Amino acid sequence: MALFNRTPRAPLEYTRTLWMRLWITSVLMFLYAPLLVLMIFSFNDSRRNVVWRGFTTKYYEKALNNDTLVEALINSLTIAALATVASLVLGAMAAIMLWRFRFRFKGVVDGTISLPIIVPEICLGVAMLIFFARINWPNDLIYPFNLGAITIAHITFCFPFVTMVVRSRLASFNKEEEEAAKDLGASNWQAFRDVLLPHMRPALVAGALLAFTLSLDDFVITFFTSGPDTITFPVKVYSMVRFSVTPEVNAASTLLIILTVVLTAIALRLQGAKNISVSH
Amino acid sequence: MAEQDWKEDKKAFWAVSASPLLWTVLFFLLPMSFVWLYSFGSNVGLTEIEISGTLDNYKRATQWLYLSIFLKSFGVAAIVTVLCLIIGFPVAMALTFASEKWRPWLLLGIMLPFWTNLLIRTYALMIMLGSNGYANKAMGWLWDGASWIKTLVGLQPLPTWEPVQLLYNNLAVVLGLVYVHLPFMVLPLYSALDRLDKSLIEASLDLGAGHLRTLLKVVVPLAMPGVMAGVMITLIPALGAYLTPDLMGGTESQMIANVIERQFKRANDWPFGAALSFLLIYAMFILIALQGLRRKNGKEAH
Repeated sequence: MALFNRTPRAPLEYTRTLWMRLWITSVLMFLYAPLLVLMIFSFNDSRRNVVWRGFTTKYYEKALNNDTLVEALINSLTIAALATVASLVLGAMAAIMLWRFRFRFKGVVDGTISLPIIVPEICLGVAMLIFFARINWPNDLIYPFNLGAITIAHITFCFPFVTMVVRSRLASFNKEEEEAAKDLGASNWQAFRDVLLPHMRPALVAGALLAFTLSLDDFVITFFTSGPDTITFPVKVYSMVRFSVTPEVNAASTLLIILTVVLTAIALRLQGAKNISVSH
Repeated sequence: MAEQDWKEDKKAFWAVSASPLLWTVLFFLLPMSFVWLYSFGSNVGLTEIEISGTLDNYKRATQWLYLSIFLKSFGVAAIVTVLCLIIGFPVAMALTFASEKWRPWLLLGIMLPFWTNLLIRTYALMIMLGSNGYANKAMGWLWDGASWIKTLVGLQPLPTWEPVQLLYNNLAVVLGLVYVHLPFMVLPLYSALDRLDKSLIEASLDLGAGHLRTLLKVVVPLAMPGVMAGVMITLIPALGAYLTPDLMGGTESQMIANVIERQFKRANDWPFGAALSFLLIYAMFILIALQGLRRKNGKEAH
């Protein structure tokens, strides 16, 4: 440890103790080793995942030439984009409603809006399956309308998260600022656009990112909502993992991990790590 | 600051509340009420379901077969939560007391898996645990090392290493759920510890308590709200987990979500599946109510 301890350790610098360092190193290894192995072996020139047989990118070519896989990825990104936009609007509206107004049954409304966060995924998935079967939702529409059912399901579970994030940001808003704007002649809409909206902006970015990831990540609810012709990326990967483990899955997964890292990097640029963690 | 009565500005109120309320009613409450109604129904014919008000589905759910799966799911979720707490607490401590330079990176290190696709993470863990995976290889090396040391001191060498089956059993499910849910636990713990007044810890140390005693008597009690938040945020999804037991578990490690899925996708017994879904939801409500009660008691005690 002498190598690391240039200055003596203060009593509260627990992170500098040896056992703490060992602990956090092992936890990070536990979290990352499987992902790193997966990524490294996506370049492995062997159908079995275990022994290194040389570098190749052929599984990336294969994955990118796999039409259903690419289609699934495009579907997923389309759904995530649509769900994010809708969740952002609905979530921000609900947050403003709950923050600004006093009305009867507010507790009930508040609870109901946050309910999709705590209802188990499997139950929401089942509910969506029964709902769309019951109302005879057409499943032979053309792209992008064939994704309607999945998108609706995703919006339902994404927007309460946006509400949560935006609401905690609104709590720090000084209502006098808005009153000042109105005293100076701003209309309701102008006060909202020029005063409240800029204050909400960081929460909207965090909420959008959260909604996008949640939507892109979701397997269970989509599994119940998707028809035979509408497959998303997680559903496709699931069937690939289930029936045949191939390096193609590694390649496709690696691409999605890279996408996640890029998105996180953008989020960090916009916000700083601390704000994002606080919003969870 | 006081909230505005909605009657004072009806136009603004409806402008913001109409769409979210409509959405919640149409695409959340309505589907949920369909499930609720179906749980009192029975299958007549292949696709027809008659909502007859029968309680048979709930009666069937209380059979030992299903009850034991419920209990088992609770057990697995509880074990996973405790493991996450034990593993996660020191990590949250390390984050809290890390230097300004390191903290954002550590935080990022914990958060990145949180953002990574659940299915991909499960698959990655499956590769590691497979019978040819690295977990088995590492254990093989350790075994060979032990054998070598034994021969070195003049004892019989150990029998050759046989790969063990790490996947498709209960242990794999627990490990997989811990792997997936660990970040969920660490983040609320960290945000509670971060808010904690550090001078209280210093005071405790100055007044002669050791580090361990300070940790148990000062840090943990003060971080209790974060611990409870972390427990809930881990326990609830773990209880309803579908993917991990499905992919990593064996036939005997089914959890309640897998049974529900089977009613809809294979057994085609929607009313029974609906009843099981609602029982799971009621279980969640009970957990949340207990947590609310605890918090209330805690407040009164102070």
